[in-house]
Amino acid sequence: MAVEAQIPYQEAMELHDPHSWITKYWFSQDHKVIAIQYGITAIGVGLVALVLSAMMRLQLGFPDQFDFIDPEAYYQFITMHGMIMVIYLLTALLLGGFGNLLVPLMCGARDMVFPYVNMISYHVYFLSVIILLASYFVPGGPTGAGWTLYPPQAILTGTPGVDWGILLMLGSLAVFIVAFTMGGLNYVTTILQARTRGMTLMRMPLSVWGIFMATVLGLLAFPALFVSAIMMILDKTIGTSFFMPAVVSIGDSLDYSGGSPLLFQHLFWFFGHPEVYIVALPAFGIVSDLISTHARKNIFGYRMMVWAIVAIGVLSFIVWAHHMYVSGMHPWFGFFFATTTLIIAVPTAIKVYNWTLTLWRANIHLTVPMLFAIAFVITFVMGGITGLFLGNVIVDVPLSDTYFVVAHFHMVMGVSPILVIFGAIYHWYPKMTGKMLNDTLGHIHFWVTFLGTYIIYYPMHYLGFVGVPRRYFANGEMAIIDESVIMLNQTITIAALIVGVFQIVFIWNLIYSYFKGRDAGPNPWKATSLEWQTPETPPRHGNWAEKLPTVHRWAYDYSVPGMKDDFIPQTEPRTAEETAAGRTE
Amino acid sequence: MAEATGLRNLQLVNDWADDVAVFRGVPWGKAMMWIFLLSDTFIFTCFLTSYMTVRMTTAEPWPNPSEVFALEAFGVPVPLLLIAIMTFILITSSGTMAMAVNMGYRRKRVPAALLMLVTAVFGAMFVGMQMFEWTKLIVDEGVRPWGNPMGAAQFGSAFFMITGFHGLHVSAGVVYLIIVAVRVWRGRYEEKGYDIIEITGLYWHFVDLVWVFIFAFFYLW
Repeated sequence: MAVEAQIPYQEAMELHDPHSWITKYWFSQDHKVIAIQYGITAIGVGLVALVLSAMMRLQLGFPDQFDFIDPEAYYQFITMHGMIMVIYLLTALLLGGFGNLLVPLMCGARDMVFPYVNMISYHVYFLSVIILLASYFVPGGPTGAGWTLYPPQAILTGTPGVDWGILLMLGSLAVFIVAFTMGGLNYVTTILQARTRGMTLMRMPLSVWGIFMATVLGLLAFPALFVSAIMMILDKTIGTSFFMPAVVSIGDSLDYSGGSPLLFQHLFWFFGHPEVYIVALPAFGIVSDLISTHARKNIFGYRMMVWAIVAIGVLSFIVWAHHMYVSGMHPWFGFFFATTTLIIAVPTAIKVYNWTLTLWRANIHLTVPMLFAIAFVITFVMGGITGLFLGNVIVDVPLSDTYFVVAHFHMVMGVSPILVIFGAIYHWYPKMTGKMLNDTLGHIHFWVTFLGTYIIYYPMHYLGFVGVPRRYFANGEMAIIDESVIMLNQTITIAALIVGVFQIVFIWNLIYSYFKGRDAGPNPWKATSLEWQTPETPPRHGNWAEKLPTVHRWAYDYSVPGMKDDFIPQTEPRTAEETAAGRTE
Repeated sequence: MAEATGLRNLQLVNDWADDVAVFRGVPWGKAMMWIFLLSDTFIFTCFLTSYMTVRMTTAEPWPNPSEVFALEAFGVPVPLLLIAIMTFILITSSGTMAMAVNMGYRRKRVPAALLMLVTAVFGAMFVGMQMFEWTKLIVDEGVRPWGNPMGAAQFGSAFFMITGFHGLHVSAGVVYLIIVAVRVWRGRYEEKGYDIIEITGLYWHFVDLVWVFIFAFFYLW
């Protein structure tokens, strides 16, 4: 019937093979090329954000030593660093990059369902990055409103980049959302409708589950940001008052009246909180696969892991106002949102337990991807536990807007996903290029990044406890600022600079190994999932040979007792022994 | 894995988790359109929620819609006259769209294309009348996005933004309908089948449905 009708459709899918350099590397419709395009652009713009954070650290560690950092520039660094890291690096790399790469390969599809739309998605994303970076070249520079862009201040005199920067930022976000929607529709539809024979939802690797749920969150959460960007652009350009109350600015009464700044905060965080999970869920999924593969053991509680991803996704839509405890909203809201926030810790904790139990008595191979995966679990627990502090209204109020918050979110949604991204690149680079990344360089990169992270962010919790406010250009003569703060800030700055510089090792490794790396072969990690079973490495356009692969088992058959190898690819039919032993999955 | 896990035995879950496709027999384009419309629903929901919020927060009185949107007919101001006609036209266009889908599945491609063009004409009429309404508000009554003589500035801001955004959707739909209609006419889908008409129809019905909400929240409240 119709079901059978869909597979030949997929096998006969028009693929538009490239004919020239341009259609092969620039306007390519191959999901793998698009994934690499997303990856390179995201990492490129991420390096800009890394340099910005180094500038901020220079000012914080050694105040007033550098002439080129004035308060205005500092606020611009903060804003651009935050926005680039969250949206243009993490979201783009995890969904645009890994989403594109892994979804068709792991589901056993030839490509995304609409490769042309997928191609446009990348180019619109590229445009949004250009618009964003263009704000450095307009009068007044980029906006310095903080990545949350709260009105009224974001569009009033006194904020850097109030003339052009804020408009370019909002415009760039709107364009990014268009790009994301085109990509996201493809990922979701491909996962729902274009899996190969035998690949049931409950046999999909957790990477695909994480990417799937994150994309659904993105499709439902980005509209709120889109709408608030449009309304703020209107407030700024033609003088509507959606977010603007009556304001007296520098002695003048402005023409605004009757708008609601709180409305922006609600819209922003209705997007902003799911955004945390848009970044976290793909990382959760990918790290599950890394741990299982490199520990040679099936993921513990697969079914529970899937439902935890779904539960986190659903709950993430009803926790947004925990970012707004000090905004003046009604305390009853605070009670509600504190409750939902603490409830979301349950499925998250289930995932952490399951990762730990997967490692328990496993045959752990301390490869570079595995090191990053274990580092993720540790870092995520650290960041997650401080989240329990901040989720409680009464604990949050004194800690609000201190470095404790900075430490929390950098641990939980900054460093943690980045660690997974590094692990994932070390893991899948061999499939994408056919070459292994250099192990020594990988170890150097890992240890500097991992230990550096803790030297940078651990002391920030302390800074927060003693009351150092975040987003301040300088602490000056504030009585609460202890002597120890100055020394700690210097330590953090030095560590941050070292970690930043050492990322060169990683970039060098990517380039060096592409030319000089050891040949990887089709399946260097002896992994079970479909992407390692492609007929060619790197997979050619269309991924599979004449026929699509058929899936006979889940993605986690590692170290199955009584089997010759310690892994059984998903394409392997069930053996008579398995049936006799009563194995159901 | 243990068979005993409760969720495993639910038929619904099994159906959904089946291999190849969650929505059996549903073409990729149709699934994608549904998901897009879900996302678009959130956009309009955010717009309408924001409109309700600013209507609450503004301290100025809200203009009376039955007076603002009244139209003189034979010397008597009739409240909501124009908007009633516009709504009627748009809902009629949903009817012709549904007929086009029916014709498509019966493989009568010329009537299908014609009905789609009729739908597009209704859509264009709607946009034209909306332009007339905007002109009347801006020129005759002095309503601007940043203020108006009748009361709260947010009235004009929200009105122009939301009906404008909806109008863009209708205009895009008209272009979409014309392109698909021409292709249907030329027989481009003879082999592939006529799901494309239904997909276009989904978008069109969605735009209509959104209008019903805008109508209710803006003109009747």
